[in-house]
Amino acid sequence: MSTPAGATTRPLAVGDTRTRRLHGWGAWLAAVMMVLLLPHVIRTPVAVPVMNQMGIAIVFALSYNMLLGQGGMLSFGHAVYFGLGGFVAAHALNQAGHGAWWLPLPLVPLVGGLGGLVFAALFGSFSTVRAGTVFAMISLGIAELMAASSLIFNKFFGGEEGITANRTKAPVVFGLSFTTDREVYYLIVAWALAATALMYAFSRTPVGRMANAVRDNPERAEFVGYSARWIRYVTFSAAGFFAGVAGGLFAANYEILTAENMGLNASGGVLLMTYIGGIGYFMGPVVGAIVFTFLQSMLSDYTDVWLLYLGIVFLATVLFVPMGLTGILVMHGAAWRARRLGRLAGPYVVTALAVAVAALGIVGLVEMLHVLVSAPPSRSTRRLFWALVNVRTIAPWILFSAIAAAGALGLRWTLPRAAAAFADASRPGPAQ
Amino acid sequence: MLELVVFSLLNGLVFGLLLFMLSSGLTLIFGMMGVLNFAHAGFYMLGAYLGFSVTQQVGFGTALVVVPVVVGLLGALVERQGLRRVHRFGHVAELIFTFGVAVLITEIVQFAWGRPAKRVEIPAFLDFPLFRLFNASFPAYKAFMLAVSVAMFVFLFVILTRTRAGLIIQASLTHPGMVAMLGHNVPRVFMIVFGIGCALAGLAGVIAGPVLGTFPGMAQVLGSIVFVVIVIGGLGSLGGALLASILIGIVQTIAVALDVSIGGALASMGIGLGAGGLLHELGSVTVAQIAPILPYVMLVVILIVRPTGLFGTRET
Repeated sequence: MSTPAGATTRPLAVGDTRTRRLHGWGAWLAAVMMVLLLPHVIRTPVAVPVMNQMGIAIVFALSYNMLLGQGGMLSFGHAVYFGLGGFVAAHALNQAGHGAWWLPLPLVPLVGGLGGLVFAALFGSFSTVRAGTVFAMISLGIAELMAASSLIFNKFFGGEEGITANRTKAPVVFGLSFTTDREVYYLIVAWALAATALMYAFSRTPVGRMANAVRDNPERAEFVGYSARWIRYVTFSAAGFFAGVAGGLFAANYEILTAENMGLNASGGVLLMTYIGGIGYFMGPVVGAIVFTFLQSMLSDYTDVWLLYLGIVFLATVLFVPMGLTGILVMHGAAWRARRLGRLAGPYVVTALAVAVAALGIVGLVEMLHVLVSAPPSRSTRRLFWALVNVRTIAPWILFSAIAAAGALGLRWTLPRAAAAFADASRPGPAQ
Repeated sequence: MLELVVFSLLNGLVFGLLLFMLSSGLTLIFGMMGVLNFAHAGFYMLGAYLGFSVTQQVGFGTALVVVPVVVGLLGALVERQGLRRVHRFGHVAELIFTFGVAVLITEIVQFAWGRPAKRVEIPAFLDFPLFRLFNASFPAYKAFMLAVSVAMFVFLFVILTRTRAGLIIQASLTHPGMVAMLGHNVPRVFMIVFGIGCALAGLAGVIAGPVLGTFPGMAQVLGSIVFVVIVIGGLGSLGGALLASILIGIVQTIAVALDVSIGGALASMGIGLGAGGLLHELGSVTVAQIAPILPYVMLVVILIVRPTGLFGTRET
């Protein structure tokens, strides 16, 4: 977004943009190699399903950020296009299974995308008239409309059970039958990479650039000669298409879609992950989707109240780091270019340690409280981190309170030092 | 038929006035700060659950007084510590922040009270039929709800238009700079208004808990409808909120009671839609089934046709 302070002071060499472009291609290539090798490196059985989920979430979150980050449109109903695209894809897959038409599985996400595009073009025609709060309210209204409609139109939405599909019944191409999760993983990777590249390309087109202008100053964009409404409409439709692609991938992966997939909670989830990742950067939603899905699948194994932690993390992000996780990374660009990143290691490790201690204490207290409140009276122990804890005795409460307090005190001491170290490292000029 | 109409109107009025209890606070907050408080229904839920606990421990009368105060203080705290901080990042950030608060409140409620719905009894001293009409009785508790809502409207109206404090609030709405010049602490006025709005939501929660049910999804059920109410009524307009609440309450109650469908109506006129197929499915949908959709259809239509709402003076 903005140029870090350190960058402007360095004189631009002639070959500079070219090397940077090469770096960019290198980063893409490295990312592709990594995702292709990942299933062979991580060999736990849960890894592939989780990575499938991540791939779908990445496409979905990126499409959401086309609205929020690039177009400045806050939507509370983006899952509508994800879900509708998914339902269309599931129906198409079923028809293909019956032999109604020839549709191999790799093309199903495209069908989902077209489904999302059609509905986005329909609803966008009136919801993109205005931006801001009006747009947010209409998106909420449409989400509620769809949630209510899903209970009425049983043929399309399948009622409570949803629509099930069978991906192995689709016609086989290139000998790909998609019977294992790993085969689906490569399908998702291919589609996620294609969608990411396309969405990046979209952000570079004149429409994508004008979407930024309309976000920041619609009046001025109109004076330059662009229709703010048309720009918003095009962006909205494109976002609907990619949300539909994600929905189609979902249908191919899980082989079931229910009305829940397009409900308010799903829309809220994509807002959460995009915002935590950072809405100001193209790669922000990718980071957010990976972190969110990882937390979701890991935390939910260990605790019932993971959504509570997630809510706290989200609020903390909005309050203290509105630029998101990616923003924190990008902030360190100046220090990186000045080759002073190493100096930050010490203060950062100490701060991270303090954060970990504070989190340990708080999580311990919350979990004990959870047992005390919601477990049957006969149960009084809970395995916490390393030990079996009896929540009906006073000792663990004192212990975890002390840990939390120690962490908080430590943070008060280390945070200013880390901030000072950061300011020192990002300062322009030669190393001292 | 008359019986149906009268009772639908009465029940619609009760439900509508309940909606008004929620939307009055929300519309005040919006009028003041331009913030659509997504967490408003969350405070309503918090009020219902706190009301449940206090009623169990002490009594309904105490809950009616204590819970709104507690919820109001919590709301003021959220404004002071959170909303004021994100204010400089703009309206979208504020909206996202209140959305986060809403998520957190839902989680906290589930954490503290568990997922299953709570059975909240109507207090014994209000649990009797007030009068009988067409062989059906009208419960006293509904009359009590009516009375509280009306009292609330009168209270707000008098405060806002007839007292000095109300004048300052109204002036802070339109001329915050001038009010600050005159020596009033405008941010504190905002905090107080936010707290009062949340307290009203808490009160609505205590009162509605026994009737509409106390469960973790209750905020979501009413939350969106309350938005519909204040958008239709015109953001920031108290009278508009009252009218829109009653309108939506009555429309929904009457629609639920109507068991007719387009297909049925057409069939009685001799037009068939054919068995099976999408048209048939569309035709066989009854008015009662689309009742939950109606408010949102109204919302979308109003936002397209008249973005200021019925009584609003400005766009959002």
